Amino acid sequence: MATMRNLSFDAIIIGGGGAGLRAALELAKSGKKTAVLSKVFPTRSHTVSAQGGITCAIGSADPNDDWRWHMYDTVKGSDYIGDQDAIEYMCTEGPKAVFELEHMGLPFSRFDNGRIYQRPFGGQSKDFGKGGQAARTCAAADRTGHALLHTLYQNNLKSNTVFLNEWYAVDLVRNQKNDVVGVIAMCIETGEVVLIKSKATVLATGGAGRIYASTTNALINTGDGIGMALRAGFPVQDIEMWQFHPTGIHGAGVLVTEGCRGEGGYLINKDGERFMERYAPNAKDLAGRDVVARSMVLEILEGRGCGENGDHVMLKLDHLGEDVLLKRLPGIVELSKTFAHVDPVKEPIPVVPTCHYMMGGIPTNVHGQALTIDENGKDTVINGLYACGEVACVSVHGSNRLGGNSLLDLVVFGRAAGMYIEESLNNGFEYHEPTDSDVEASLLRLNRWNESSEGETVPDLKAELQQIMQNNFGVFRKEENMQKGVKLLAELRERIAHAYLPDKSNGFNTARIEALELDNLLEVAEATAIAALERRESRGAHSREDYPDRDDENWLKHSIYFPAEKKLGQRDVNFSPKTVDTFEPKVRTY
Amino acid sequence: MSTLQVSVYRYNAETDSAPYMQDFEIDTHGRDLMVLNILQMLKAKDSTLVFRASCREGVCGSDGMNMNGKNGLACVTPLSEVVKNNKLVLRPLPGLPVMRDLVVDMALFYKQYERIQPYLQNENPAPAIERLQSPEERDKLDGLYECILCACCSTSCPSFWWNPDKFVGPAGLLWAYRFMADSRDTATRDRLAEIDDPFSVFRCRGIMNCVNVCPKGLNPTRAIGKIRELLMANAT
Repeated sequence: MATMRNLSFDAIIIGGGGAGLRAALELAKSGKKTAVLSKVFPTRSHTVSAQGGITCAIGSADPNDDWRWHMYDTVKGSDYIGDQDAIEYMCTEGPKAVFELEHMGLPFSRFDNGRIYQRPFGGQSKDFGKGGQAARTCAAADRTGHALLHTLYQNNLKSNTVFLNEWYAVDLVRNQKNDVVGVIAMCIETGEVVLIKSKATVLATGGAGRIYASTTNALINTGDGIGMALRAGFPVQDIEMWQFHPTGIHGAGVLVTEGCRGEGGYLINKDGERFMERYAPNAKDLAGRDVVARSMVLEILEGRGCGENGDHVMLKLDHLGEDVLLKRLPGIVELSKTFAHVDPVKEPIPVVPTCHYMMGGIPTNVHGQALTIDENGKDTVINGLYACGEVACVSVHGSNRLGGNSLLDLVVFGRAAGMYIEESLNNGFEYHEPTDSDVEASLLRLNRWNESSEGETVPDLKAELQQIMQNNFGVFRKEENMQKGVKLLAELRERIAHAYLPDKSNGFNTARIEALELDNLLEVAEATAIAALERRESRGAHSREDYPDRDDENWLKHSIYFPAEKKLGQRDVNFSPKTVDTFEPKVRTY
Repeated sequence: MSTLQVSVYRYNAETDSAPYMQDFEIDTHGRDLMVLNILQMLKAKDSTLVFRASCREGVCGSDGMNMNGKNGLACVTPLSEVVKNNKLVLRPLPGLPVMRDLVVDMALFYKQYERIQPYLQNENPAPAIERLQSPEERDKLDGLYECILCACCSTSCPSFWWNPDKFVGPAGLLWAYRFMADSRDTATRDRLAEIDDPFSVFRCRGIMNCVNVCPKGLNPTRAIGKIRELLMANAT
């Protein structure tokens, strides 16, 4: 360790997706010494896979559109445990953030009047649910995430951001005051391990969909930021809340955008029935994602699923016509042909609810500052640690995210974190160096893998973990399955602690990376399992057969999971927006 | 049995004095898997095998490689499209230095991309809302902006193999034209001046390997032709 190289930055941003790149851009423009550390070249980050768009009341499709309507939809979509101050911030700052992206060059699709094209998405309404379906999702065909990520990367090049591409963050480094003062990171190309010291460490590591066997998420979505935070003893919030996207391609797990239904597509069962009319008479196929996913599973369980095994339903698009499909949904046509062997111009696409998004994460305020809870139950800022994007829980999504709100979350809160860090750096940061033993503590698990000489191997353990989550923590959950899952994960933790890394080479050793990722998958899975078991109600994406109703008396709260004790606590939801009246909890119907 | 013969390029500078081909047999159970699935099965057998992969759906551009002689993305290439005589030969993208096994050093490729200033430039102050652009103007970006930087095109281009330091290559030039074609960009003249030399653009010999391999169905040769036209028009 004495020979370990040190790097030093004002701010280190871990993750090169939408949130990380947006935060980096803000800081690079300010002249702060900023670096983005990413385990893949930034345009390979999972933001690239976002399809349908970015939801924001820019008043293009409807000049009378109002951010307050967007806020109402988002609060309702969250099943009332989204923080109303944060949602208000996102919906008011959103238009600025979207126009900035356009000015940076994002190739949005257009209306005839030259303004940004907006399409209808699920859970959207006009006039606080009273004015019918809204069209609020700004789109670049069905490649919005790709266009957004490349635009942000390009503008970071323009602003001379420093990139540590294909570097892997191993663990946070904390000083004696428990402040985060940097991170241990590895250059994947050479295997060199480096201490990166930084006044501000920003986790922008995205989601962790790979805890499930079937997911729309990229292979790299292994919850590295959540793993690092939990190992450092920091809590995570609402981590039981996992979104199952209604339309993953059956068998492949590849995403088919909600924009398909926004453009007029709909779901049918084996009888050809448009079944969402029964479950959500008003919004139909554009109800909240949790509602649509549950309806699909019920259709399948009640014997109306399609195919030989009756294990999926169909998404019908052919009535939209070839012109619309090729103009608005060209990527979907391509993906369907490749992964479902179906041309949506002619035939419906086989789809099934598939793990898609982690609503929970590291609790933060609107400035991206990571929070923990002190012994009196009060929010306390973790000095030096920030989080934004999917890894964070600010919380704008509560227990169910609306389509198109993820990209908005990334750019609004990436930007907010960048601005706040810049201001804090200008005001002067207190920074206390880590000691040698602080640094040693963050090298423990890397050393453990490097010194392993025998035991089970990573791919088998990973597959087992994914199956445990798939079988016990899916769309519908029940006590006994979850208890079994928690127990199996506890056993798996022991086995992973003794697992074996056969390849000890230095250069581009992806087996080592996968081993380090497995540690993170386990942290996310166990937190999810314990939180899901303990939240004894049904709300948003968390749906229990044994507690089928929402319980506002006991659970109109964030859950907050403390890793040291493996205990679930509660944290108050914010019901105090600054400029509008509180949206009071109501029965949620679509 | 439906056993596939797979031959994979292996090289690890720490242990190998020279690259070699390693042969595997994989039972596909008759399924038409993607090449990436085969690689994952091989890695489960031999964890030292190294390749890049991320989105596994053809949009991130990580797993460009050479499959039975043709560049493409492993994650969206079904066996039925490439396997001949039950044999699959996997090599790294040609023309770039190999870091390990199927992983190449993309630095030169990225450098050429950065060289064309791949970001919108507009000297006029931005309006309070978005800059307006008609659907027809926006249509001009289709077939250009979808590039995923996988490098399949540039590493199949003989001109790029010969002059990777001076010829921008098909991917970089496609991006260059993407900004020239954007009604919101005001820097076309400067962009042209930057590449107005015998190598940057004019090393393209119209071989069209780039068009043949692009996994997104894009046409860099056409974009290069448009740049040539603009350069010619500017010269007169």
